[in-house]
Amino acid sequence: MANARMKDIRAFSGFGSIAVAGVLFLYLPILFLCVYSFNDGRSVSQWSGFSFRWYITVFGNSGIKAAAMNSLTIATIAASVSTVLALGAAMATVNRRFKGETLAYATLTFPLMVPEIVTAVASLVFFVSLGVRLGFSTILIAHIVFCIPFAYLPIRARLEGMDATLNAAAADLYASPIRAFWRITLPLLAPGLMSGWLLAFIISLDDFIITALVAGPGSTTLPLHIYGMLRLGITPEVNAISTMMLVGSIVLLAIAGVLGRSSKNS
Amino acid sequence: MTAQAELRSPFRVSKRLAFTGLLLPAVGVITIFMIAPVAIVFVYSFLEPARYGGVVWNFSVEGYLQILFERDFVDGSLQFSADYLVILWRSVFQAAICTVLCLMISVPTAYFIATRSERTKPIWIFLITVPYWVNLLIRTIALLFILRDDGPLNKAIMMTGLTTSPLPLSYNNFAIGLGLVYSFLPFMVLPLYSAFERFDFRLLEAAYDLYASRRVAFFKIVLPVMRPGLIAGSLLVFIPSIGSYLAPDILGGGKTLMIGNLIGTQFQGAHNWPFGAALSMILLTVTLIVLIWMARRSARKNTGY
Repeated sequence: MANARMKDIRAFSGFGSIAVAGVLFLYLPILFLCVYSFNDGRSVSQWSGFSFRWYITVFGNSGIKAAAMNSLTIATIAASVSTVLALGAAMATVNRRFKGETLAYATLTFPLMVPEIVTAVASLVFFVSLGVRLGFSTILIAHIVFCIPFAYLPIRARLEGMDATLNAAAADLYASPIRAFWRITLPLLAPGLMSGWLLAFIISLDDFIITALVAGPGSTTLPLHIYGMLRLGITPEVNAISTMMLVGSIVLLAIAGVLGRSSKNS
Repeated sequence: MTAQAELRSPFRVSKRLAFTGLLLPAVGVITIFMIAPVAIVFVYSFLEPARYGGVVWNFSVEGYLQILFERDFVDGSLQFSADYLVILWRSVFQAAICTVLCLMISVPTAYFIATRSERTKPIWIFLITVPYWVNLLIRTIALLFILRDDGPLNKAIMMTGLTTSPLPLSYNNFAIGLGLVYSFLPFMVLPLYSAFERFDFRLLEAAYDLYASRRVAFFKIVLPVMRPGLIAGSLLVFIPSIGSYLAPDILGGGKTLMIGNLIGTQFQGAHNWPFGAALSMILLTVTLIVLIWMARRSARKNTGY
């Protein structure tokens, strides 16, 4: 064993254990939270048998259901709108030299550079000074904005790897630019678009602080609702709804990952 | 030149269409709903606060002064007050510690992943990527869940018999620091991994041929070559840590502990918008300076080789 390790000149002793410890550190808290969501008792610290009890409670909670519906609606619209906007921007900027190129890129990635709390405050101040009533629409607008770079970057990466000659060939065969776009570009771009959309969707679904400031009274999303529940302390219900969100995110992420990989291979 | 540029682009769209029809909507949305709001915050930071939130349109630098001074209630004179400075200092300090801890975990982890076989690499990457995308609120709750007085960690410690009363793991600076590391560790591992992936391992071979010990080879060869990656990863952790809201809010037990919470409070309960705006501007300025410095540095590094 020690001999085998010596043979790989790249290996440093102890690195593997730190890597394992790092991954455990990232996963153990989540794992405990999930396991205890199946706890039968009211107490979150005393294990008293396996049960789906808290999941049933969550499904029966109309407040959670309304918040979840809101979250899904906002995430779907925000991801779709930002993906369309990002697709346009990516098509205009990829492999094209123009004046203000850096400025355009800086603007498109600006939401990534501003600290979240500043974005949150700025959006709140903006809507309030315009006299816009805070609620569903202000959440939606804020989400569209910060989702754009998350959709833009994967789409741009996919476009950069695309073969320009295919479009030239389509043009040689008398395809109109629009037809070439629908028949050539879009199908080739589909994996990039899908992973961009999914990432934007996850980011929208996850956001807390920006949503918290522009939500106003009355409208809520799932993270806001969970945060509200947390004020009463960690309850088994919080564990159950958190576990459901975790599983949802991981499934979406796995899909985005598979799509991303298939786009790399082709 | 233009013909060549046109050919390289995968689309045959005219320049004008490309700009007005494709680029403008996205850039416009960000300009109106992001850049303009930040500009408004900048303007508001120089105004007077209205009583119940909002601003009065009188020029004032009170928002910035308030960070360092306190106005005397009786005669209105300025007196130095360290209250807010302590919060700013704590933000920088916590973020710095978090960055160092992340470096200490991430360098070996990223290096280890980069030297795995092509088959196991994607599994490791997936394991690190998942927490990066998973809801930060829920991850923070999960950490609080195990750090609580009657949480699994304290129970395990008490079971070993080392202490009879639970250790104060939650609702303090330690919990916030750990929360920051927990929040932003993936931000460091992933860029470091891609830096290590490009590392030329023949350098290491050469070092061993010249009788370098493993220790010397790592600290004198690997780390110096990786410096740009280390700096980039550090900033990716440091920047969001400074302005972090959730970790101090949830793990710190609701007191105003870091600049992100201080800003949030000004717009939620305290109703001092200009002060909150001034703090936001300081946080944003620091962030942008660091990002620009990093971009220029990496550009110089690339041309310097």
